[in-house]
This record gives sequence, structure tokens and C-alpha cells, in this order.
Amino acid sequence: MLLSLGLILLCQLIGEAIARGTGIPVPGPVIGMALCVLLLLARDALVRWMPTELRDGTFETTGRGILSHLSLLFVPAGVGVIQRLDVLGSNALALAVAVVASTVLGMAVTAWVFSVVARWTGE
Amino acid sequence: MNNEVFALWVYLARTPLLWLTVTILAYCLCVRIADALRRPPLANPVLMSVCLVGLLVRVTGTPYATYFNGAQFIHFLLGPATVALAIPLYQNRRLVLRAILPMACALLAGSVTAALSAILVARALGASPVIVASIAPKSVTAAVAMGISGRLGGDVALTAVLVILTGILGAIIVTPLMDLLRIRDKRARGFAAGLAAHGIGTARAFQVDPLAGTFAGIAMGLNALLTAVLVPLLL
Repeated sequence: MLLSLGLILLCQLIGEAIARGTGIPVPGPVIGMALCVLLLLARDALVRWMPTELRDGTFETTGRGILSHLSLLFVPAGVGVIQRLDVLGSNALALAVAVVASTVLGMAVTAWVFSVVARWTGE
Repeated sequence: MNNEVFALWVYLARTPLLWLTVTILAYCLCVRIADALRRPPLANPVLMSVCLVGLLVRVTGTPYATYFNGAQFIHFLLGPATVALAIPLYQNRRLVLRAILPMACALLAGSVTAALSAILVARALGASPVIVASIAPKSVTAAVAMGISGRLGGDVALTAVLVILTGILGAIIVTPLMDLLRIRDKRARGFAAGLAAHGIGTARAFQVDPLAGTFAGIAMGLNALLTAVLVPLLL
């Protein structure tokens, strides 16, 4: 459990270092996600030399534990709304219409293109 | 209020413990309520928790910085949670690799649509350049969106708020919208949720289906990358 947490944090740490060091506009945790996939693939290749915790599913359980409350993690940033009620109020119409229109359009276009291309490629 | 109670409040209000506890318990309560109502899209736990906690912070006259001092421990976990998205991604890697072409096309089309429509609509309704720069990256996960907005002269705190509002809205509308468009492919539904509504959309997708959640997580990561490159060109 503790080793798993440590490795997840390590992936993020290396990810942050790469993001800062190279100046590429990808957030550190997203690079960390890619590193974590590589870590899991490396584990499969070298499974005999891995500590028990990485072999018995503890790593997966730990990760899923963090993910099971993903929604909660957005609450602190969301409460930040109270700081910007004035700006939201004075631009209410433009902001509301822009947020709603672009979210609906972005979502519809994405799903539609995905399913059309998936059908073309014989999925 | 009598003096001793007031002294206790002054003490507790300054420790991280109070707002950390409030945030977690408020969220647990909101999840219970959503479950009791059988999780209709509108009873979104993030929306309800933000309203409840925001109201408490406001009513008690607590500065946001004081609130965040406690809530930062939860906020910090966003990073490790993003890394942990690697686990469902790894477990579904074969399905993901097979869908690489639909993902690439949907990413490009969706990313341009989300950013461009936000810019054009905000501009048409008379928003100032600062507001337009703040709203352009709103479909991307908060940390990246704030980075993009800051570089283009936007209001970073406003961007954070718009990102969260977009996420909540996306999580609420994704199921009805996809049903309306008759899109049944779980991968397409998840990918759309993650692209347009980042982590909050991803959390919603995981609630509905693990495969949809996996594709949402991928879309969130890829869209952060693409939007950072695209928005400066579109603005």
C-alpha cells in the first residue's frame, strides 16, 4: 500500500520535473500518467524481480481507491467561485451562454466524430 | 454568542482541520443525497458540495485563503489521482490501441469546437479580451487551463471558476445529451465527457461505466496537450 502510494507520487514528481525542465505545455501529472503506464508494462516484463506488492494487485487497488472519490477532489477549487461572484455577475450572460454552448457543442462533436470514424474503420 | 464558544470558533477557524472536515463530510452527505435520489444527472455531488461548502464559507465570513488552507490536502490529491488514471488505461490498453484512429479524429474535432465556440460566443456577446482569454481554455483540466489563460493575459482565478462550472455542467448533461444524439458507444460517450468536461466529466463517466471512464481519462490528458497548442492560434 505504502510502496504503491510512493510510486504514484514518484511518477507525478518525475512528470512535474519533465514538464518544468522541458517547458512543454503538458501538466506534470499527465506526464506522470504516461510514466505510470510504462511502469506497469515494465513490471509485466520483469515480474519475477518485482516486490510482492506490485504483483498481488495492491498497486491496482491503491490507484482505484484514489480514483473512487475523484469528484471530491474538485470541491476545494469549486468553492473558489465565491471569490469571483462579482465578475460572474457582471458578465453573466456572455459567460453562461459561452460555457453552455461550447460544452454542448464540444461534447456532441467529439462523440459524433468518434462513433462515425469507429464505424468507418470497421470497429 | 458567548465568549468561550467564540474563542473556540476563533481557534478552530484558523486550523486546517475545520475546513478539511467540513469539505469531506459535506461531500459524503451530498453523495448520500444523490444516491437516495438514484443519481439523477442534476443531483451532481460536486455541484451540491460546492454550493453547501461555499455557503458555509460565505456565511461564516471566512476568507477563501483560510478555507483553502484546510481544503488544500484534498486539492493536492488531484495530481496523484491523474497519475492513477494510468491503471484503468493499462488494464484496457488493447481496447484503447484499437480505437486510436477514432480517438485522434474526435480529439482534433472536439478540441477545436470547444475552444473556438467559447471564444466566438463570448466575443459576440461583448465580453472583454481578458474575459475571452479566460474562457477559451475552459474545457481543460484546471492547472493547465490556468497556465494557458495566464500566458494569454486572462484572469487566472476566473478561468479556474469557469473550468469547474464547465466540468459540473458537462457531468450533468453528458448522459441526456448522448441519449438524445443516440450515441450508444461507451467509448465515444466517455471520450466526449473527458474532452469537454475534464476531470469532473471523467469522474461522472467512471460512475456510469469503467470503460467510459478510461476513455474519458485519455481524452482529458490529450485535450490538455492539444488545447495548450491550439488556443494561442485561435485567439
